[in-house]
Amino acid sequence: MSSRSKILQALRARDVEAVELPNLDLAWVRYENPHQQFVSAVEAVGGSVVSVSRQGSLPETLAGLDVFAKASKICSLVDGVERANVDLDDVPDPHDLEDVDLAIVSAEFGVAENGALWVTDDAVRHRVLPFIAQHVVVVVGSDQILHNMHEAYQRLHFNQSGFGVFISGPSKTADIEQSLVIGAHGPRSLTALLTDSSS
Amino acid sequence: MTHGLNQHPLEAARFVGNHERARWHDGALWFVRTKRDRAAASVPEWEQLREIASQIKGHLIARLPEYLEQFEERAVGLGAHVHWAADAAEHNQIVLKLLQQHNVKRVVKSKSMLTEECHLNPFLEQHAIEVVDTDLGERIVQMRGESPSHIVLPAIHIKKEEVGALFHEQLGTQVGATDPAYLTESARKHLRQKFLKADAGITGVNFAIAETGGLVVCTNEGNADLGVSLPKLHIACMGIEKLVPRAADLGVFLRLLARSATGQPITTYSSHFHGPRPAGELHIVIVDNGRSWLRTSEEFRRSLNCIRCGACMNTCPVYRRSGGHSYHYTVPGPIGSILAPATDARQHASLPFACSLCGSCSDVCPVKIDLHQQLLTWRHEIASRHLLPLSKRLAMRVGRFVLSRPRLYQWAGAAARLALRLLPRSILYHRWNVWGRQRDLPEAPRRSFRQLYRRRRHEQ
Repeated sequence: MSSRSKILQALRARDVEAVELPNLDLAWVRYENPHQQFVSAVEAVGGSVVSVSRQGSLPETLAGLDVFAKASKICSLVDGVERANVDLDDVPDPHDLEDVDLAIVSAEFGVAENGALWVTDDAVRHRVLPFIAQHVVVVVGSDQILHNMHEAYQRLHFNQSGFGVFISGPSKTADIEQSLVIGAHGPRSLTALLTDSSS
Repeated sequence: MTHGLNQHPLEAARFVGNHERARWHDGALWFVRTKRDRAAASVPEWEQLREIASQIKGHLIARLPEYLEQFEERAVGLGAHVHWAADAAEHNQIVLKLLQQHNVKRVVKSKSMLTEECHLNPFLEQHAIEVVDTDLGERIVQMRGESPSHIVLPAIHIKKEEVGALFHEQLGTQVGATDPAYLTESARKHLRQKFLKADAGITGVNFAIAETGGLVVCTNEGNADLGVSLPKLHIACMGIEKLVPRAADLGVFLRLLARSATGQPITTYSSHFHGPRPAGELHIVIVDNGRSWLRTSEEFRRSLNCIRCGACMNTCPVYRRSGGHSYHYTVPGPIGSILAPATDARQHASLPFACSLCGSCSDVCPVKIDLHQQLLTWRHEIASRHLLPLSKRLAMRVGRFVLSRPRLYQWAGAAARLALRLLPRSILYHRWNVWGRQRDLPEAPRRSFRQLYRRRRHEQ
């Protein structure tokens, strides 16, 4: 008998009293100002938040960022970044992204309660990009900030293959005597860039 | 390593023998516990979340075979391969075979307590495959030739001076360097090379979604994502209890997990894998290894709710003062003391006694496992299986003999009161008086309760 049938048979041999699956449609935490809560949550996990002003543009705001000014290899999945000089379509092997200084990716939405940003590899050739770059900027619409994780999963449907990740702040570790160190394996900084969708 | 029944008390005695270090260890874990408390208090519906999480897991465990089949069907539908392993040996064989089929020589592995439980690393090394643990704490203990002493904080027992000496020796860092930022940076450079050269990535699984066939892996370092996004082969190893029925259930569990573990609102990366990446392969190994036995037991079934956050360890007064290695099991602390005897009750018979029954673990558990109750149940179980050490058996037998004979009991009480008053310390505090090692015996009253009661009634 295969281990599969052995395991399933062992489990079926024992009836366990049923427990009802709870309803999750409840009045979960909401914030008076989710935008402000999102900003403080991102900062609390070691990231920073920058808003594109109503008059300004995304490239202008990027140009004002230290990580952007200092980067020589930039890969942007957001249109209109002139200085971007790494095109994923010209990179056959993801290992070659090792020396990317800055990755600019976009998130579908952010979550106020924990500062997490939902980033997917939809139409992205190499999903390693936001993990392998030295710094990362995540662009998200300022009207796309949800209150809590339950709202996030209401929006998510995993009906095809693919990859998605909640990113909350830069890569970090506290494995040496509980001292927090930013920049463990992945990005050394994370900037959430909020765009004003009304402008 | 000592084997047999008295393992934990002996190891714990050795650990607390180093006063300063034991205090430091205790403090480091209490710091994590206080961070957890702050994080939990910041969520208004915390208790409701715990209750719902417990119900979801209860529902899942009851209908586990159906959900496993559903998960397999959906995962295969997304292009993943699913393998089943009845025990640790079979799990290791499956992983080895996959690696050999893909001609893999170098593997990077993110944290997976299941692969620790199966002792995968030494097995693969025997077959000339290099396995590098990429979580910084796990890498540190791997370089020292140790096992993790905590499931979330694998190197919590190691001081930065020791990490500095280790890195100097193996990574060439400066002599005497102890700055965590500097040491972490050198580990980053070292492990980057390992990531770039790896032929395959192995991860654990925090949650598997029956409804969608997807997997969720949580890290702070980003090591799981780097490890599986460069090579073509991703092997994910999971216990049968790692499922959740619906994707929406993750809203509950991801809110609880990191807050309970380290006090963070969520881990830095919560990665959702649905099928392999284009031109890649995803293999999922589903492992039983004693879990289906736990499910048959009315008492211990709820231990399968565990999401491995480690909160019960951080709060446990015994764990904090005896260290993870004193348990001699992959998962230490309160939850480990329930899981370990299920694999080998004789070997791990001392663990359910490494507990003061204070109940703090049950109070912090995000999925409401009644940990201290289960530890008490294990004690009964161990006694009924005749696995108690001779000293405890004899003491119980003497106790029963005396307590069931009122006259003898009265006489023994009088004799003890007299002895406690008259005998010198050197005789009272002998090597068999374990209780009196750190404590003074109480001052003996002149009269027994029975005598006082009788006198009072006489006077009225």
